[in-house]
Amino acid sequence: MSELHFPQDTIAAISTAVSESGIGIIRISGPDAIAAADLIFRSPGGKKRLADAATHTIHYGFIYDRKGAVIDEVLVSVMRAPRTYTAEDTVEIHCHGGILAMKAVLDAVLHCDMCQDSDAVFHCEKGRDKGGKIHVRAAQPGEFTKRAFLNGRIDLSRAEAVMDLIEAKNEFALKNSVGQIRGNLYRIIRDLRARILERIAHIEASLDDPENLDFTPQIDSFRKELGEWKEDIRHLIRTSEDGRLAAEGIRTVIVGKPNAGKSSLLNLLLGEERAIVTEIAGTTRDLLTETIHLQGITLLVTDTAGIRETRDLVERIGVERAKQSIREADLLLWIVDSSVELDENDRRIASLLAGHRAIILLNKTDLEAVTGEEEVRSLLRAADEAGSAADDDHGGLHSILPFSAREGTGYEELIRVLKDLFFHGKLSWNDEVVITNARHRELLERSLESLERVSDSLNQEMSEDFFSIDLMSAYEALGRIIGEEVGEDLVNEIFSRFCMGK
Amino acid sequence: MASVILEENVDVVVVGAGHAGCEAALACARLGLETVLFTMSVESIAMMPCNPHIGGSSKGHLVREIDALGGEMASCIDHTFLQSRMLNRSKGPAVHSLRAQADKAAYSARMRRTLETQEHLQIRMQEVTEIVTDSAGALAGVRTISGSIWRCKAAILCTGTYLNARCIYGEVSVPTGPNAMQAAGHLTDSLLKHGIEMYRFKTGTPARIDGKTIDYSKMTRQDGDVPVVPFSFETDPATVQIDQVPVYLTHTNEETHAILRDNLDRSPLYSGKITGTGPRYCPSIEDKVVRFSEKTSHQVFVEPQGRDTDEMYIDGMSSSMPEDVQVRMYRTVPGLEHARIVRMAYAIEYDCINALQLTDTFEFKKIPGLYSAGQFNGSSGYEEAAAQGLYAGINAAMKILGRESLRIDRSEGYIGVLIDDLITKENHEPYRMMTSRAEYRLLLRQDNADLRLLEKGYRVGLVSEERYRRFQKKKSRIEAEIKRVRELNIGASRQVNQALEQAGSTPLSTSVTLAELIRRPELDYKKTQLFDKERPELPEDVQEEVNIEIKYEGYIQRQTKQVQQFRKTEHMRIPADIDYDLVPSLRNEARQKLKEIRPSSIGQASRIMGVNPADLSVLLIYLKR
Repeated sequence: MSELHFPQDTIAAISTAVSESGIGIIRISGPDAIAAADLIFRSPGGKKRLADAATHTIHYGFIYDRKGAVIDEVLVSVMRAPRTYTAEDTVEIHCHGGILAMKAVLDAVLHCDMCQDSDAVFHCEKGRDKGGKIHVRAAQPGEFTKRAFLNGRIDLSRAEAVMDLIEAKNEFALKNSVGQIRGNLYRIIRDLRARILERIAHIEASLDDPENLDFTPQIDSFRKELGEWKEDIRHLIRTSEDGRLAAEGIRTVIVGKPNAGKSSLLNLLLGEERAIVTEIAGTTRDLLTETIHLQGITLLVTDTAGIRETRDLVERIGVERAKQSIREADLLLWIVDSSVELDENDRRIASLLAGHRAIILLNKTDLEAVTGEEEVRSLLRAADEAGSAADDDHGGLHSILPFSAREGTGYEELIRVLKDLFFHGKLSWNDEVVITNARHRELLERSLESLERVSDSLNQEMSEDFFSIDLMSAYEALGRIIGEEVGEDLVNEIFSRFCMGK
Repeated sequence: MASVILEENVDVVVVGAGHAGCEAALACARLGLETVLFTMSVESIAMMPCNPHIGGSSKGHLVREIDALGGEMASCIDHTFLQSRMLNRSKGPAVHSLRAQADKAAYSARMRRTLETQEHLQIRMQEVTEIVTDSAGALAGVRTISGSIWRCKAAILCTGTYLNARCIYGEVSVPTGPNAMQAAGHLTDSLLKHGIEMYRFKTGTPARIDGKTIDYSKMTRQDGDVPVVPFSFETDPATVQIDQVPVYLTHTNEETHAILRDNLDRSPLYSGKITGTGPRYCPSIEDKVVRFSEKTSHQVFVEPQGRDTDEMYIDGMSSSMPEDVQVRMYRTVPGLEHARIVRMAYAIEYDCINALQLTDTFEFKKIPGLYSAGQFNGSSGYEEAAAQGLYAGINAAMKILGRESLRIDRSEGYIGVLIDDLITKENHEPYRMMTSRAEYRLLLRQDNADLRLLEKGYRVGLVSEERYRRFQKKKSRIEAEIKRVRELNIGASRQVNQALEQAGSTPLSTSVTLAELIRRPELDYKKTQLFDKERPELPEDVQEEVNIEIKYEGYIQRQTKQVQQFRKTEHMRIPADIDYDLVPSLRNEARQKLKEIRPSSIGQASRIMGVNPADLSVLLIYLKR
């Protein structure tokens, strides 16, 4: 079934593109917007409540995470309905700490309800006296605009223009989220769903045909399996917690033939003084990926095994994975050894670059140059003619820079080009990615919650017709992560597995 | 020259007197409309040509809902049943389901008598061959095989399995309806001419065996419940405590399956003689053997067809195998070794429609005034048919009377689920009601069908003032008692704690409400009577309702929340005349589906396969303009 949200709930998202200055805005809209912000915001004196603030006022203070630690120093604007963009109560949190802080603040907003439950956090009392639980969910692409329209704030021509944009973004977000969930995560969720559906089908078939089928003898094995499912999902949520901030960035793949200087480049990037390095074992990717934060830019760097033909099976698998990660990459960094002639390996790499945004580094300028920009360009053109991507504008997609990894020459220029790509929208990296991921996590949490309810029902010795409904909710939530609707799944499963009687 | 053909004028024409047709005709006539009910044969009114039971999982719910709306089926079976059981009693109340074995002849006779004695209703044995429309394409009347014209304001097609019917087993293939009744051969052509899209479905039935040749000692006897719970809220439970007739359980075995496997090439199903689409839930025995080849045995219920006949229905072994195979396979089953077949098992093919062509009142989108219900709409089952017949009948009447149509959504009844599924989802096999199809089933219980729907039945005019007053009394008693139970504090006295320990429950340390005690797994409303000195004397049905509402409160509240969310979209109506070509930026697939199905609400649109949330946003924005 399709999912629809209505303007009764409160939503939040990073609402500005990440800017070079590191200032960004988290927007919260909906009836609980102000109460939610109150749960995570504290003024320097600690006494000010946003709930008491006049409309269209700005307040200085700090945002705290659910463990009570300061995330960022912020300015918060409080705007009450109806004179806001969405015509709902709206709070905008202006962050200063760059992209990492923005994501952490968004995370805090989406989990503000956890503050309600935790006595460890000082400001909890503020939210409690309002009664009822405050919940904020991640906004869907374009949802603020949709609300603005539905609440009569903007006219149709404007709304339509925005809708076009949303559709385009949806397509992007979809492509992107498919990219994220390829591989292990996809397999885990698909298998988990299949197992859940099998149990639901058994329960439902036995309810429809009680004289022929009985689920009761399976309760013990089911209880055990339920525990495994919950552990699987908890594990997924944990990985998203460890990796969520790090895992979002420009997916960058370094390519180059052996000894061209790939490792030196990586070390150079890693050695940058403001860099934070995290190693993520491949949960969603099979290659080891380094996350590098450079002056507000996040790179997810994958080092390839080197692209060359090989007969060794194991190595070939490695090469295949490298090619796969190139296909999924946002950006390629091709290291060319300018001290030797271009060869067959370079030709193969050039063919992989077609249609991809790439920065080509003519490395080893400290040595005598044998290969220059012209040679590389002609190799790229030849690769294009051989392939089908002849109409790609390489001038726009590919930048070529002289470089020396050993001496650091060209490094500043590389950073400049990267920032240019990053901040001027030439790379498709924006807030939609954050939303997508927050949504995935929210869906995982929701499915876990549903499974917890199943456990509760089992503990209370409720019969299976009660908990099969919660199993179905878990199944649905997991399905949304991988973009699958429920439809006739259950009926089909019942009919294919069970011979229904009377 | 004087007209040589007969011309009659009525309000409503109902075509077909099966379970759908009977309910449709009764509803219209009871609402004061002059109604004629056409049937191929008066002998086949309310006939049960397949299994001899009414109710069962989710179908029992439908029967209760029919009763709450003022339909006839529940009352009819209460008077003519042979045995009754409440299924799933060990499970939660939402899946408790009544099922009764029917005396087929008695059921038919009683329904026929009800029709005969109904004011404004006439029965006419004649084949309807044509739909007559006016210049605007709206329904004007029907033509019968004699050429006579019956002008009417609405017609309801309930042709069941009779349209171009063909019965098949082995090499035998005869153009008859069920039980060798005459098939209706003309109406399909007329419908096709009016641009209606037809499907061809198939179903089947097992043999009937002479009970004198059955050895019941080799089978397991299954008796009815004591006491029996009636279907109708109006039936006095005292009147249904009858002498019940047993059902017998036996099984197929490897030998049965071997015979079937060895003769598969002779099955018309596998030879291609049968082309219609059959149901997956009620497969023939040969189908079961093929599809579930790992199973070495299948259940077989041997069920009485009536008090005045020896014929027994062999439930679970429907077939279209040749005669010699049928005789041999039935005789492999314990107890049937010497069985003599009275009626052969057969498969039946028939014409029906793609129900996506109907509006949410079961009126044809293409032909205003023409309605349809039952197996003709692609469903299967007596209960599904009756529910649709009642619904279509009421809505045809409401339109004629210029009153608001009856609507039942997915959160209000299994009938709502049935209607919505039929008119919204692609249906490629005879549709059977199932409990898993109802997403809000904790609220859609058989015990509260009256609480959910009786008000609607009253507003329509099929529930009498007197019944409605009694219902209101029941409702207010339930509400008052729930309130009392929630507010009553039970102190942690020694007396209470002793009683609790006796009931196997943990003693109290502080006082709690009675509702909290009822919610304990080992306790319920009845068991807490001991601590409840002021408990009023209440009828059984009121006590049951109070118990369920309190005991399962948490679950019920959660579903109620889901329903509130669901209703928001359900109540956003889409204008009937919307032109989807004018809605900008809809994806092509969604546009096609929306144009075909023409959903009446955003909620219905959201359930159409191929319409995604982005399409719905686009549609919402367009509608807001």
